[in-house]
Amino acid sequence: MNTSFLFQALVFMGAAILLVPIAKKIGLSSVLGYLVAGVLIGPFILGFVGKNGQDIMHAAEFGVVMMLFLIGLELNPHKFWEMRKAIVGLGSIQLIGTTLLLFILFLLLQWDWRMALAVSLAFSMSSTAIVLQTLKEKNLSQSVSGEASFAVLLFQDIAVIPILAILPLLETQPNIATNNQSSLFADQPAWIQAISVLGAVAFILFIGKFLVVPLLRFVSKTHMRELFVASALFLVVGVATLMQAVGLSPALGTFIAGVVLANTEFRHQLESDIEPFKGLLLGLFFMSVGATIDFTQISQDPLMIASLVGLVLSIKFVVLMIVGRVFKMSSDQKFIFSFGLSQVGEFAFVLLSFSNQIQLIDETWTAKLMAVVAITMASTPLFILINEKVIEPYWGVKTIDDKPPHDTIDTHYKVIIAGFGHFGSTIGRFLRANNIQATILDNDSDRVNLLRKMGFEVYYGDATRLDLLEAAKASEATLLIAAIDPPEANQELIEVARKHFPHLTIMARSRNRFDAYEMMDMGVKHIYRETLYTAVHLGIDALVQLGFRKYTATRQGQKFIQFDESALEKLAKSRHDMKDYVLSVKEQIQWQEQILQNDLKLALGQTDISWDSEYLRQTFTQNQSES
Amino acid sequence: MRANDNVLILFAHPLLEKSKINKFFVRKYQQRSTLKFHDLYEEYPEFNINIPYEKALLEESSLIIWHHPLYWYSSPPLLKQWIDMVLEVGWAYGPNGNALKGKHILQVITTGGSEQAYQVDGNNRFTIREFLRPFEQTAYLCNMNYLPPFVIHGTHRISQANLDQNIEQFFTFLDNWQESIDSLLASSHNYLHEYLQHKNNR
Repeated sequence: MNTSFLFQALVFMGAAILLVPIAKKIGLSSVLGYLVAGVLIGPFILGFVGKNGQDIMHAAEFGVVMMLFLIGLELNPHKFWEMRKAIVGLGSIQLIGTTLLLFILFLLLQWDWRMALAVSLAFSMSSTAIVLQTLKEKNLSQSVSGEASFAVLLFQDIAVIPILAILPLLETQPNIATNNQSSLFADQPAWIQAISVLGAVAFILFIGKFLVVPLLRFVSKTHMRELFVASALFLVVGVATLMQAVGLSPALGTFIAGVVLANTEFRHQLESDIEPFKGLLLGLFFMSVGATIDFTQISQDPLMIASLVGLVLSIKFVVLMIVGRVFKMSSDQKFIFSFGLSQVGEFAFVLLSFSNQIQLIDETWTAKLMAVVAITMASTPLFILINEKVIEPYWGVKTIDDKPPHDTIDTHYKVIIAGFGHFGSTIGRFLRANNIQATILDNDSDRVNLLRKMGFEVYYGDATRLDLLEAAKASEATLLIAAIDPPEANQELIEVARKHFPHLTIMARSRNRFDAYEMMDMGVKHIYRETLYTAVHLGIDALVQLGFRKYTATRQGQKFIQFDESALEKLAKSRHDMKDYVLSVKEQIQWQEQILQNDLKLALGQTDISWDSEYLRQTFTQNQSES
Repeated sequence: MRANDNVLILFAHPLLEKSKINKFFVRKYQQRSTLKFHDLYEEYPEFNINIPYEKALLEESSLIIWHHPLYWYSSPPLLKQWIDMVLEVGWAYGPNGNALKGKHILQVITTGGSEQAYQVDGNNRFTIREFLRPFEQTAYLCNMNYLPPFVIHGTHRISQANLDQNIEQFFTFLDNWQESIDSLLASSHNYLHEYLQHKNNR
């Protein structure tokens, strides 16, 4: 088999390009697409990728590292502090409960207690990569289950530090030289390793604050984007290397680095620069997981592996259900939460190979356990699918409420509101205050339950799904108000609606002008930028605070909105050569510049001349002097 | 249709949905493609009048109608805002303010009060013509011909037959207004409806 680098790259990318869109098309998550692609090109089916799948996976683990860096960036210390209860509460119950039950199970299987402990710790981890990706795709990140999942994952990520510190203490024969150990302190006694771990974390905190920010500032002054990308990568790779040197999880190091940088001005630039690398590497990671599922191990001991998979999944699931119950989640949210986190995560690979290095687990067991991990990972997208198609429709919040909505108001002006967060709910309340009963589409089951109790007609689910729109009788509606929060989802909805229900008048919420441009290109006529009206309103009040008369300030505001809306249309046309192109931060600034230039043409300084006695006086005296 | 036939209706009613008579008027206006019906409260809910657009509309019209209910002896505020904002110095009046010169202006008014109430010895003590002096003078300052206003009195009590007849006469006039404009200007009638009644009776 030809295993040159280029050929490998070709195989991986080809498989991804082919299978991921298919997975998306039939409504599966992209993670499953990548996993299947991996299995397909792996040694047991097509055999394009041989035994080096393991190596590729190690390389691709870097995607996880980058993902944690990005999560860290999103999570500034303040938010972190706000979530502390959820993180510690949910996280500790999940981790301790799962570890304990698994430990008992493994002891019953007559394993050595050290190995049992190491494996149960490893298996208590869930997959940050899979869960976050899935939540994002299903637009559930903001729901109760989404936030709880995030808290648990974060706790696990943090728990990796002490676990990695504890594992060496279990070592049976402490002084056996380990073969491929990369840690600087590996030969040192356990307590030195533990100290080195803490030292490294402190070191990152220090460096991030006093060295990295000045460095980034220095680089950004050169105005060369590629240099900034290079320094972003350098930063992530550097932290990862440092962590590896002290025998720590690189993911955790970069996570801390991300948190440190979250409050700096470089946050968005770093995010947009690292994002594509992360996406690619994560995809590669999932594919290599698929490719490393060792089917020979499975075929040698299929019963053992199958029962391990089953037992591990059920124990994790049960613990998560209990956690959900303790924290009073509704049944829908509990199911999403428990299925979502039921797999064993990528950290298990790290922990297992580490345990293998320090002789806690032997080679064959490591291979078998790795197979178990990979299979549980592959199972998650399937479980989520089963939850969506089978469990939710029967036990959870129904897509459609069985009971007829309270008093159906005249249906000939039927309005559909998609997305009922802060934005959509304000619209809904306003319409209701005017006796217009809108049909609501929302994918937060808690909110859906509440709204139904309040007598709203609510359809539960992802509004971008055609079948949900059909269920909500979009074909009979006159108005569709697209008010979903993430602009991508909102645009997806508009696309589906325009294609299948062309008669609908679409009124769309848009996040900002770039989002508005996209919608204009899609042919949406009524676009409402959430950033325009409130901002101008504030501006008007600011003028008033500065001593302007209220009516004058208000008229200036009216004129400004008018001007900005006509300017938006003009700029939208001149933007067409950049269509289908994601604007970078720098390009957005260039646009801003163009807009500001345009503002110079706006003669807002001119007041309404009819009320201006000075102007009247001038007109008349000027005329007198002429005649 | 000749260019100088154009009729522009500047309609100002803040609560049209509750006014049967005015809704009826609006329907009639909208049925006629020869008229430019311009619903000010619908167009400018925030009183933010587009001055250049309004000027352009005026320039291409030769008969302009201010149609509004009588509120506190005057027009609803948006029409006053329109007069304030659109009739600019140096355009509508004052030095070089000739844009409206020679155009005709007609006020169409609905009011709850009876004709008797608008008399020296009535409750309102003044006639409608007297209350409308500011509008008349505005037209004068802009060099426009202020036509005798068309008034529908007692909107709450008027009989349907009476109303139908009044409106019928008004729209017959409107459809061929150029033909009777000279005789209307020459006549001494204070109100258009009086003139139409008189003409009809002859």
